Amino acid sequence: MKAFRIIGRSFRDAFKSVFRNFSLSMASILCATITLMVVSVSFLIAANVKDATKSLESELSIVVYLEQDASESDANFLQSTIKKLNNVEKVEYKSKDEWKQEMSQYNESFGTIFEKYETNPLLDSFTVTVKDANSLNTVAEKIRDMDKVESANYGEDAVSTILSVFDVVEKVTVIVVIALIFVTAFLITNTIKLTIYSRRNEIEIMRLVGGSNAAIKLPFVIEGFVIGLLGSLIPIIVTIYGYIIAYGKLNGHLITDLIPLLSPYNLVFYVSLIIAGLGAVIGMLGSLLAVRKYLKI
Amino acid sequence: MKFIELKNVNKTYSTGVTALADLSVEIEKGEFVFVIGHTASGKSTFIKMLYREEKPTKGSVIVGGVNVAKLRNGKIYKLRRKIGVVFQDFKLLPKLTVYENVAFALECLGLKASEIRPKVLKAIEIVGLKEKVRSFPHQLSGGEQQRVCIARAIVNEPKLLICDEPTGNLDPETSKEIMSVIENINKDLKTTVIMATHDKEIVNRMKKRVLLIEHGILTGDYMKGRYKSHESV
Ligand SMILES: Nc1ncnc2c1ncn2[C@@H]1O[C@H](COP(=O)(O)OP(=O)(O)OP(=O)(O)O)[C@@H](O)[C@H]1O
Ligand SMILES: [Mg+2]
Repeated sequence: MKAFRIIGRSFRDAFKSVFRNFSLSMASILCATITLMVVSVSFLIAANVKDATKSLESELSIVVYLEQDASESDANFLQSTIKKLNNVEKVEYKSKDEWKQEMSQYNESFGTIFEKYETNPLLDSFTVTVKDANSLNTVAEKIRDMDKVESANYGEDAVSTILSVFDVVEKVTVIVVIALIFVTAFLITNTIKLTIYSRRNEIEIMRLVGGSNAAIKLPFVIEGFVIGLLGSLIPIIVTIYGYIIAYGKLNGHLITDLIPLLSPYNLVFYVSLIIAGLGAVIGMLGSLLAVRKYLKI
Repeated sequence: MKFIELKNVNKTYSTGVTALADLSVEIEKGEFVFVIGHTASGKSTFIKMLYREEKPTKGSVIVGGVNVAKLRNGKIYKLRRKIGVVFQDFKLLPKLTVYENVAFALECLGLKASEIRPKVLKAIEIVGLKEKVRSFPHQLSGGEQQRVCIARAIVNEPKLLICDEPTGNLDPETSKEIMSVIENINKDLKTTVIMATHDKEIVNRMKKRVLLIEHGILTGDYMKGRYKSHESV
């Protein structure tokens, strides 16, 4: 019960203090708002990119054609060598006879064309699937260098470009977000420092009459918490409405059908939770720093 | 064991000044003790040892059975709850009323409003400020402000009341009134009182035990009424 009253008192003090030092609190709140806004957007992007990458990556494969005179044992040997390469997920073999059969079934005119040849004019092939889009090029090059390989090509150049852009976007946002979190925590530390200064008489008396250290620190930590939460308010509203509207306007995909967007309902809810939590944590972190530095107890 | 027991206490500040040297003294429950001496003799340092504002460099300071010298920082508040402290500068919160200033001490401890109210009103009555509960500090005279401080110091019913020159800013007439408030607290509530002061007139008139500190050394310990001002200070 005692603890609850002390916490209640601390919340009252924290709100009072936020409004007493309004301009400074406002600066911290705004900084938290900007940070969390960026965090929110990057979370939304990251979630979508992750999902899109998965579906795009499954489409990435290298088609390898063997030379006309490659024998069955050549093919077997190549298959096992390619399998041993780094980043290779699986290797599927299709002989020229299988191709011929498939093509003839697909369209009768192919059948008549093939009859004009004495031998099968088609080539044996492998379809090589890789684990990671970035390794497409190296794997293809290694295969090209092998004996009895006519060609090794991967189609979707656009896809791999999109994926490498995603990769850069992800790295940049991580750096920006971390930097912004530091700036915000620093600003909140300064706000709390001023509060501590403006309340030093009160703190002195609290210590004199036997307020516990926790009871003395709590109002400041809660002030940071309140600042962080207030800072998350606008980003949460923007996240919810912004994403739902954007999703509707874009018909559920970004630029091309290759990049589908995640449906808003669960996503928006989780991202809002993360934003609120992150705001609160940054706020408390900033104030804890200030308390440790300027409240010598 | 005595209520308060200092043994071979030394205090050297980080500046190299030795404020107390090998000071030993015992004080019983319910006593009223003056601490006197010239300026910079170490009176305030002695007082600060008792509520653990400063730690002794050497020796032990026992208050109510606890060696305050060994008290961890995180536990100081437990000691402070048993001690009331009054200073020359009043340290009141200017934006709070008399009632709120006194109640503040109990709010910090997490007491219920319904528990706080009777205690605060009683403390304010003891110091004779019933009429001014709703006044703000700037609406009070110096003597009245000091009464508020005393009320705040005793509101949690401490066993020990420590005063560092409580009458330092007050005229002789007001000082007299404040001293009678403190004396009554000592008599009626059986609170032990330790008070540092410069005011010879008060010390001579009240005939209490007197500790004389000179250059950080306890040079005199006069039992009730034995102290005569001409002897030293
Ligand atoms: N925090 C401190 N740091 C360094 N030196 C200090 C500190 N506090 C007091 N002193 C020194 O210790 C000595 C004793 O000081 P103290 O305040 O105890 O004297 P006092 O008897 O209370 O004096 P006064 O009657 O003027 O209040 C002085 O020389 C003072 O300069
Ligand atoms: Mg002094």
